[in-house]
Amino acid sequence: MDKKIRVLVAKPGLDGHDRGAKVVAAALRDAGMEVIYTGLHQSPEAIVEAAIQEDVDVIGLSILSGAHMTIFPKVLELLKKKRAQRIIVVGGGIIPADDMKKLEKKGVKKLFGPGTPTTEIIKWLKENVKTGKKRVKVQKKRRRK
Amino acid sequence: MKSLNKFLKDILKGSKPAIARAITIVENDSDYTLLKKLFRSSGKAYYVGITGPPGAGKSTLVNAIAKLLLKKKKRIGIIAVDPTSPFSGGALLGDRVRMTDLALNKNVFIRSMASRGSLGGLAQKTKDVALVLDAAGMDYILIETIGVGQVELDIAQVCDTTAVVGAVPGWSYPIIKTIATTGDGVDQVVVRIEEHRRYLTRSGKLESARKERLFSRINELIEERIRADLHKRLTTQPGLKKIIDDIYNRRRNPFDVAEKILRNSGFVF
Ligand SMILES: Nc1nc2c(ncn2[C@@H]2O[C@H](COP(=O)(O)OP(=O)(O)OP(=O)(O)O)[C@@H](O)[C@H]2O)c(=O)[nH]1
Ligand SMILES: [Mg+2]
Repeated sequence: MDKKIRVLVAKPGLDGHDRGAKVVAAALRDAGMEVIYTGLHQSPEAIVEAAIQEDVDVIGLSILSGAHMTIFPKVLELLKKKRAQRIIVVGGGIIPADDMKKLEKKGVKKLFGPGTPTTEIIKWLKENVKTGKKRVKVQKKRRRK
Repeated sequence: MKSLNKFLKDILKGSKPAIARAITIVENDSDYTLLKKLFRSSGKAYYVGITGPPGAGKSTLVNAIAKLLLKKKKRIGIIAVDPTSPFSGGALLGDRVRMTDLALNKNVFIRSMASRGSLGGLAQKTKDVALVLDAAGMDYILIETIGVGQVELDIAQVCDTTAVVGAVPGWSYPIIKTIATTGDGVDQVVVRIEEHRRYLTRSGKLESARKERLFSRINELIEERIRADLHKRLTTQPGLKKIIDDIYNRRRNPFDVAEKILRNSGFVF
């Protein structure tokens, strides 16, 4: 069976708007992905823990509150600490170009500016996400030994 | 890199990344190697199904029940099943939104699952995923599925106790009024689950129901293999197109063709 791309979509931070995140989540589902939506006000710790338990391939964060410079690095740091760097981090929201560059340098794989068509996000994910299929196979091979 | 033994040990001692990976494997793989190894350590968890129509408050109740069980020092595995879209094959799994209280608790493991190919509200693989959580030492496994009409019976076949959330006309089981958002009445649900568990245990019904389930499981595994094998035989049958044409033109009939394939398969004599 083909392994589906699993994406965790979260809306960290204090602001209470998750319409954008929900629209993206629904679009990813319609593109055949399994989307775990965790809702509003998630702490970086809760996001990373959920991503690990759900064994997702991607974390997608929607940040409008201006806290991107603290939240993205914190999520990356926690993933590293938990040895889950294989999970890639992408994001969207209102992020100044300067900050985008800094965040991508820190390890955020891709940032989508406001108004990015969902088709573009889907295309990027399909091209850049390695699903766990390979890992699963490796596991199998080892098991036969 | 980890060896299988180390991986198994990690699962059995409840390591979350190991459990998560194991679930991915059993969900995507038709290979039973891992489950075979884990089976020996399973059978200790108590399975509770929470079902009901969309939006009835299942996740909120699961969250409230889990919080109560945590107070009793229990370890809890939660499987939240949502339907796969038949059009896209994708799924939007949103039950975690109601379970944020539990997100960081070390004694809780939550996994969202898409129903994928299975017809009912319960993913075919749910049992395998539950087995992983069971072997990993969970005391309770709470399984949330959408159930409308007949489908709720599906989950009752897997679980020791099943709670149906929402108004069910003519329902003859204990009805407990809960306000899951505030926690009112949830202690009564847990009391009833435990009463039910004691009743099942004392009367021997827990053992017989679990044995029946294991019998069904063997049956399913056999059927699954035979079905897959026969399907392959049929689809790779030499001259299949010609055979279908012949049947279409009434030169042959589907009954004889099916019988021939079955005879050649060795499953039927
Ligand atoms: N007043 C009240 N609202 C509730 C109760 N339980 C749940 N809700 C609300 O009902 C809505 C749906 O609750 P969920 O727990 O997500 O329902 P669900 O059955 O899991 O929904 P799906 O998984 O989407 O089928 C939420 O807004 C809850 O806050 C309750 O006992 N009383
Ligand atoms: Mg729910």
